[in-house]
Amino acid sequence: MAKVKMTVNGRQVGSECDDRTLLVHFLRENLGLTGTHVGCDTSQCGTCVVHMDGRSVKSCSILAAQAAGSDIVTIEGLASGGELHPVQAAFKANHGLQCGFCTPGMVMTSVDMIRRHGAALDEATVRAELEGNICRCTGYHNIVQSVLAAAAEMGGAKEAAE
Amino acid sequence: MYATHYHRASSVQDALSLKSAAEDSRYLSGGMTLIATMKQRLAAPTDLVDLRHVEAMKGVTVAGRTVRIGAGTTHYDVASSAALAGVCPAICALASHIGDPHVRHMGTIGGSIANNDPAADYPSALLALDAVIVTDRREIGAADFFTGLFETALVEDEIVTAVTFEAPEKAGYAKFPNPASRYAMTGVFVTKGAGGVRVAVTGAGSDGVFRHAGLEQALSARWSPDAVAGVAVDPSNLMADLHASADYRANLVKVMTKRAVAAA
Ligand SMILES: Cc1cc2nc3c(=O)[nH]c(=O)nc-3n(C[C@H](O)[C@H](O)[C@H](O)COP(=O)(O)OP(=O)(O)OC[C@H]3O[C@@H](n4cnc5c(N)ncnc54)[C@H](O)[C@@H]3O)c2cc1C
Ligand code: FES
Ligand code: FES
Repeated sequence: MAKVKMTVNGRQVGSECDDRTLLVHFLRENLGLTGTHVGCDTSQCGTCVVHMDGRSVKSCSILAAQAAGSDIVTIEGLASGGELHPVQAAFKANHGLQCGFCTPGMVMTSVDMIRRHGAALDEATVRAELEGNICRCTGYHNIVQSVLAAAAEMGGAKEAAE
Repeated sequence: MYATHYHRASSVQDALSLKSAAEDSRYLSGGMTLIATMKQRLAAPTDLVDLRHVEAMKGVTVAGRTVRIGAGTTHYDVASSAALAGVCPAICALASHIGDPHVRHMGTIGGSIANNDPAADYPSALLALDAVIVTDRREIGAADFFTGLFETALVEDEIVTAVTFEAPEKAGYAKFPNPASRYAMTGVFVTKGAGGVRVAVTGAGSDGVFRHAGLEQALSARWSPDAVAGVAVDPSNLMADLHASADYRANLVKVMTKRAVAAA
């Protein structure tokens, strides 16, 4: 057992856990942030995606200890003041989810993808970038539409940041 | 996952001493192979020595045509290095097709080659580029480094710190990804430069990555995708599994070679 400290959704947190504790379990069980899901045990489904120091990662394949000292953003950290993040709003508007199990990972992946590609995102790129996220319900079509709609909406974000 | 102890190294020297202090310890880089394997209880090291915070092992430097990639450089950082794309875009393209974005944000070139999965992408590039693998204690040519399935020339506590190579005149990579895992069902990296033509194949050999003399001769005579049409690829040393038979892989070796030459 060791005390692991990190920043989660802008807040400094610290909690005791075993060295073998996965980041996803630390978030869900120690911090009660159950928006991040576990959908497989083979590192392939992407329901567990969070951002670590600004990049999308699979929290099921990282130890909490590896993430100590880093800056983590989970699905709970996207909306601000009751206002959905544009990517969340786009998934809602475009019916980008059915059961919703894959959705936290899909949204976190999409935010990362739009950060890297900006308005230049096209359908083929979105499909290729979703390689690491599995959805059992939607057939992906509306997810792709959601990401494209959000990228168009957020269009200037990437250029503005540079 | 079985219980383990986590240690974070701040330098190569620190990593070596942390490693030697524990009975059954393993180095940890991106964890995209090791943590996944520990979750399956297929590996159970008592101690993990995390190399991800060793700054000296990170980053890409290009001086003229001499390339140095720190072992701790992620697949994403290799894929998006503008300096590297300027001299050897094929290795950036290769890195950009490893796994998925999340795997590329964590996985490293050092971890990939130390693991030497027979279906991993990087081993073919390093063999075709005639790269040198730099460790904490010596330099090893790629041809001597990859010694078999998941086997390398590394000794127990040796750390890969970087890989270096001279960017060739031309280089290209093509892989036929396994549709489920994205690992190479067959991947071929071709280079043409001062040292001649080199063709390295991953994902197909029953003994891991290998060079193909027949394809190299044909492409030395004429550097063109259709130059390989008449070359015979012997399936007897190729892998056969539920994904593909040896004959199918033999055909893939030729098709991927053509595509790699066309991409170069
Ligand atoms: C879903 C998924 C898809 C993938 N798809 C592909 C693919 O298409 N192509 C492909 O090539 N790979 C693929 N991979 C593997 C990925 O590239 C890994 O990142 C890589 O194989 C291991 O790198 P790592 O940094 O994560 O190493 P780790 O998992 O941390 O370590 C792997 C091994 O190397 C040792 N090691 C690590 N660093 C060093 C070092 N510097 N010196 C000495 N030993 C070291 C460790 O002790 C361990 O034994 C995939 C992985 C996943 C989870
Ligand atoms: S839970 Fe499936 S990839 Fe993390
Ligand atoms: S909406 Fe059900 S798994 Fe994607």
